[in-house]
Amino acid sequence: MIPVMPFTADPAPATGSTGNVWNWDFAIEIFPAILRAFIEVTLLVTVVGTVIAALLGLVIAILLRVLPRPLAFVLRWAANFIRMTPLVVQLLVLYYGFTWMDPLTIGFIVFGIHYATYMSEVYRAGIDSVPKGQWEATKALSMSAGRTWRRVVIPQALRSTIPSLGNYAISMFKDTPFLFVISVAEMVRVAQTIGAQTFRYTEAITIAGLIFLAASYPTALLINRLEKRLAYAN
Amino acid sequence: MDWLEQQQQNFESLQNFGPRLWDGFLLTVQLTLLGAALAFVIAVILGLMGGSPKWWLRTPARIIIEFFRGTSLLVQLFWVYYVLPLFGLTLESPFTVGVIALGVNYGAYGAEAVRASMTSVASGQWEATVALSMSWTHKIRRVIFPQAWALMIPSLANLLVHLLKGSAIVYIVGLNDFNFELDQLRRVTSAWFSYAFVGLIGYFAFALALTQGMRLLEIRAKHRLGQGLSMREILSPAPKVPTSGIQPGGAS
Repeated sequence: MIPVMPFTADPAPATGSTGNVWNWDFAIEIFPAILRAFIEVTLLVTVVGTVIAALLGLVIAILLRVLPRPLAFVLRWAANFIRMTPLVVQLLVLYYGFTWMDPLTIGFIVFGIHYATYMSEVYRAGIDSVPKGQWEATKALSMSAGRTWRRVVIPQALRSTIPSLGNYAISMFKDTPFLFVISVAEMVRVAQTIGAQTFRYTEAITIAGLIFLAASYPTALLINRLEKRLAYAN
Repeated sequence: MDWLEQQQQNFESLQNFGPRLWDGFLLTVQLTLLGAALAFVIAVILGLMGGSPKWWLRTPARIIIEFFRGTSLLVQLFWVYYVLPLFGLTLESPFTVGVIALGVNYGAYGAEAVRASMTSVASGQWEATVALSMSWTHKIRRVIFPQAWALMIPSLANLLVHLLKGSAIVYIVGLNDFNFELDQLRRVTSAWFSYAFVGLIGYFAFALALTQGMRLLEIRAKHRLGQGLSMREILSPAPKVPTSGIQPGGAS
């Protein structure tokens, strides 16, 4: 899955004398491969996973409100169960349980469902924050249930949820290296493979870490500002 | 009854694997608790530094927090495992590697919780400590931290569950934890039986125990601040009475 690359720059393994720990030529040579894995796999999983989680989370949050008590109880505990068990084990269940399935697809499904349980809590808080008078008004206007949700409740509930959803998307992004265990060639796995081929781990692992930092920190700042602006608008 | 026979075999394998799985589970428990202890120490230190009005304390804390929050847990695990030895810091056991990686990663997240809860302690409390000219340690230890502690427990409980879930990845640096033993069990049974049935339920039970333990800590912390019932009152079967104020209709 990960091509063995012929490296030209300094194939000598890092020996432990501190002068040999970091090699710029080597770092520059391996950078494109790591960046490619980042764009092609890490970002892809984050985007697809976030879309699934955001939609499924909303469905869960609504179901928790509209289902009859016993069913809602079961659903709530199912969501708790998924939320409180390791993503790694969930990935492994599907990886060995559905051997016919492509590991990347398993990644989409597991990340989508796992984070949907988190996002459903965000939506739940958003739905709870819609004033009671709004519900009563829809009753007074004898709106159908579907119309009430689509036109009144969800538009008001969604506004305040966006920053929290963004924060969970960042969390998911930083969890994508867990795909390592089901041998998806995401960024950290590519970095580790380069390290194993050349016995030089420092450059590859550090580059992977810095790419994470470079992507997640500005996004977090942006979400922070959005949060402040929304709070101000309210 | 092919399926039943299969399950019977699975449970037999589970019985044979019992002691190993239990050892692995205990290792996961140790990894989680020690990782959490280290994370808590780091969180308190970085949180206090990050909330300080002095820029030369605040800036380094912010950089460290953002660095460890921004890079991923697995990257940090590999860093501790592969790169630290090059600087002459060889950690002989993968257990130590796991504890350090979990500790620094979740410690950085915890630092934010510590800092946020310290700032949400009522400003009158801060002003009062200044008015009484308390020393910094006295003020933090006796006034601010006990109140912040009650506020930060819910977020720390969340992080603790995250830490437990994160500990499942540490087996890839060669630790025979619960997840590793589940993989061994999977080889003789099936993924559904070992990972989904034994594994997820085992992790879930431990996570529930941790959250309940944190809830008790929260009750205790709040009671010590004069809010809410004490643990004994909550656990006792006697009817609950309000802890403060005049009881309705009663002579005092």
